[in-house]
Amino acid sequence: MPEGKFCNKTPIQTEEALLSLLSDTRGTQYYEEMKSLEVNKEDLWNRIQKTCKSRMRTWLDICAHCGLCADSCFLYLVNDRDPEQVPSRKIQSMLRTMIEKKGDVTTEFMIECMNTAWSKCTCCSRCAQFCPHGIDMGQMNSYIRGLLFSQGFVPWEMKIGSGMHRVYRAQMDVTTEDWVETCEWMAEENEEEWPGLEIPVDKEGADIMYTCNAREPKHYPEDLAEAAILFHIAGENWTVPSEGWEQTSLTMFAGDWEGAKMQVDNVYAAIERLKPKRVIGTECGHAHRATVVEGPYWAGRASGKPPAPYIHYVQWVAEALRTGKLKIDPSKRIKELVTLQDSCNYVRNHGLAEITREIMSYMVEPGYFVEMTPCKEYNYCCGGGGGFNGIGRYRQQRNKALQTKRDQILATGAKLVISPCHNCWDAIRDLEEEYEIGIRWSFLKPLLIGMVEIPEHLQPKE
Amino acid sequence: MYEFLTGPMLWVTFTVFILGCIYRVVWYFRGLDWKLDRVAYKADMGLGLKWAWKSIYHWLLPFGTFSWRRKPGMMSLFFIFHVGIVFVPLFLEAHTVIAREHLGINWPAMPAGLADALTVAMLAAGVMLILRRILLAEVRVLTTANDYLMLAIAMAPFITGILCRLHVPGYEGWLLAHLVSGHVMLLAIPFTKLSHMVLFFCSRAQLGMDFGIKRGGERGRGLVW
Repeated sequence: MPEGKFCNKTPIQTEEALLSLLSDTRGTQYYEEMKSLEVNKEDLWNRIQKTCKSRMRTWLDICAHCGLCADSCFLYLVNDRDPEQVPSRKIQSMLRTMIEKKGDVTTEFMIECMNTAWSKCTCCSRCAQFCPHGIDMGQMNSYIRGLLFSQGFVPWEMKIGSGMHRVYRAQMDVTTEDWVETCEWMAEENEEEWPGLEIPVDKEGADIMYTCNAREPKHYPEDLAEAAILFHIAGENWTVPSEGWEQTSLTMFAGDWEGAKMQVDNVYAAIERLKPKRVIGTECGHAHRATVVEGPYWAGRASGKPPAPYIHYVQWVAEALRTGKLKIDPSKRIKELVTLQDSCNYVRNHGLAEITREIMSYMVEPGYFVEMTPCKEYNYCCGGGGGFNGIGRYRQQRNKALQTKRDQILATGAKLVISPCHNCWDAIRDLEEEYEIGIRWSFLKPLLIGMVEIPEHLQPKE
Repeated sequence: MYEFLTGPMLWVTFTVFILGCIYRVVWYFRGLDWKLDRVAYKADMGLGLKWAWKSIYHWLLPFGTFSWRRKPGMMSLFFIFHVGIVFVPLFLEAHTVIAREHLGINWPAMPAGLADALTVAMLAAGVMLILRRILLAEVRVLTTANDYLMLAIAMAPFITGILCRLHVPGYEGWLLAHLVSGHVMLLAIPFTKLSHMVLFFCSRAQLGMDFGIKRGGERGRGLVW
C-alpha cells in the first residue's frame, strides 16, 4: 500500500478530511497504515538537496562528536543518561543517514525518525548554548520534522493540528462566528462586575490589537475575559480582530511549513487591515515564537519583523506596572514562596528573561521569590514542549520528561508556580496530576486581577 | 626527497590548503539563506556582526562561556590541544628557517623550550581526548573510526616532530615521516572535519547572528550563545 486512507502524504485541506481523521480514535488505523506507507525516495532526496544548505551541512560535517551537548539535554538526563538521547546522536542518526543514503530509506527508518523527532527532542535549543561549534540541534530537529511531515510520517495529533490551522486558521475548530460570539459572551458575562467592559472587535487604528491561543476561547474563555479586564483597568484602547486572532501554530510543531505560512499570513493580514499601533500576544511561548520570532520568515518578510511591533504579554504587563497603568495593592502582594517557569520559546528564544523578573518584583513581597536552578535562558523545557504535551503515542515518554520540572520545582520549596505560557502551564498541571507534589500553578492574568488597585470610576456601583 | 617535500611539494600543499579553505568559507556564506535559516542577515547586519564577533570571541576565551565554565576539564584539553596545534607549527624555529629558505618569508620563532613544552602538552591532551572518547558513554556513542583518524592525522606531525627533536635513532626516517604527516594534515584540512579550522568561525558567526538578530540579542543581555 503506497498511501493509506488516513496516513498519507497529503496534508489535511478540508473540514471533511479533518473530521474523518478525527473519527479514527487515537489514530489506531492511522498508525497501522503508517507501517506500510511508502517513502517517496526521490522527493525526499530532492527536498534535502533544495533545503539542506550550507548551514545544516556544515553542522553535520564539523560536529566534533565531543559530547558536550549531552548533559545540556533534559531528556538525556531524565532518561538515565541514555546515550541514544545525546542530542548530536539523535540528529546524526536521522539526518546524516538520510543524506548518506540519498533519501533511499525504509518505512521503518522513517517511523523510527518520527519517534525520535517528536518524543526525544522538544526543539528547545538548549543544546545550542553548549556546543563549541555553534550547532543548533533544536533547529535541525525542527528541519527534520519538516522532511518527515512531507512524507506523511507525523504523529496523528500533529497531522490533525496542522489540518486545523489549514481549515480554520486555528489549532482548534474555533470558527470566526464562535470567536466573535465568545468575545461578546465574555464581555456580557463580566459587564456587571466591570462597568463599561468591552471586547471591541475589528476596531481600526487602536493602540493595541490583542491575539491569543485558540485554547482560550475553546476551553478557558475566562482567560480572554481576564485580558479584557486588565486592559480595561489599564485604560487601554484595544481591539481583537474577527479574523487572524489565533496566534499559535501547531503547524510549527508538525513541520508543516506551508501551513505555518498560511497561519501567520492570516494574523499579519489582520494587522494590516486594522492598523493597530502594536500587537500584544497572550501568555503563550510557542504562539510568540510562531508569530513573532519565526513567523516573519514564513511570511517572507526580509526585515524579520511582523508588520507592526508585536510583543509578548509579559512585556505589556511589565510596562503597565512600570508606568503605573496597573498598580499592585501592596497588601495583596504574594507572601508565600513562589517560583517562575521560563518558557524556552520567549526566554531562550527571544531574550525575555529579565522582564518577567521585573514583574515578580512588583507582584511578590521581597524574599518570597525563588528561582529554579537553572533558570532564565538556561532553564529546562517544561517537559511538554514542541508538541510533546499533545501526542498520545508518547504520553509515557512525556510523563517521564516532566520529572525534570517536578524536581526543579520541588527544589525551590515553592507551592505556587507562575507560568506565563500555555504549554508550560499544561505541562505543570499534568505533572501535578501525575506526581501529586501539592503545587498550584497560574498565569499572570488571574493573579494580577486579584492584586491590582481598581480606580474609583471603574468600581461597580453599589 | 627532503628537498622535494620542503620545496615544490610545499607550494602544492599550501595552494591546496589555502584555496580549499577559501572555497569552504565562500561556499558556507553563499549557502546561507535568510528564509531557510530564518535569520534577517541583511536587514540587521550591524547587530548580527556584533553578536557574531561576541560569540566567536567568548568561545575562544577559556572560561568565556557558560559551557566552558561548566566543563573545566574538557575545556583545558580543548585549549591545550588547540594552542599546541596552532602555535607550534607556526613559530617553531626549524619551520621559520624553512619558510625563509624555501618561501622567502621571514617571521619570528618561539624559544625551543616553549615549543617542546607545548608539543608534549598537546600530545598529552590528545591522548586524554582519545581516552575520553573510549571511557565516556556519551562520547563513545558518537565516536566513529573517522574521529580517531582525524586525531591521528592531527597528532602524527607532532609525534614525529618531537622524535626528530629528541634525535631518537633513525632520525632521517622520522624527519621524512614528519614531513609527510605534516603535508597530509594540511591537505586533509579542507576535505575533512578538520575544516573546522575555518568553519568553526563561520558556524559560530552564524549562530551569534541568529541569536543576536532574532533571539534576544537586541535586548543586549550579556549572554553569549
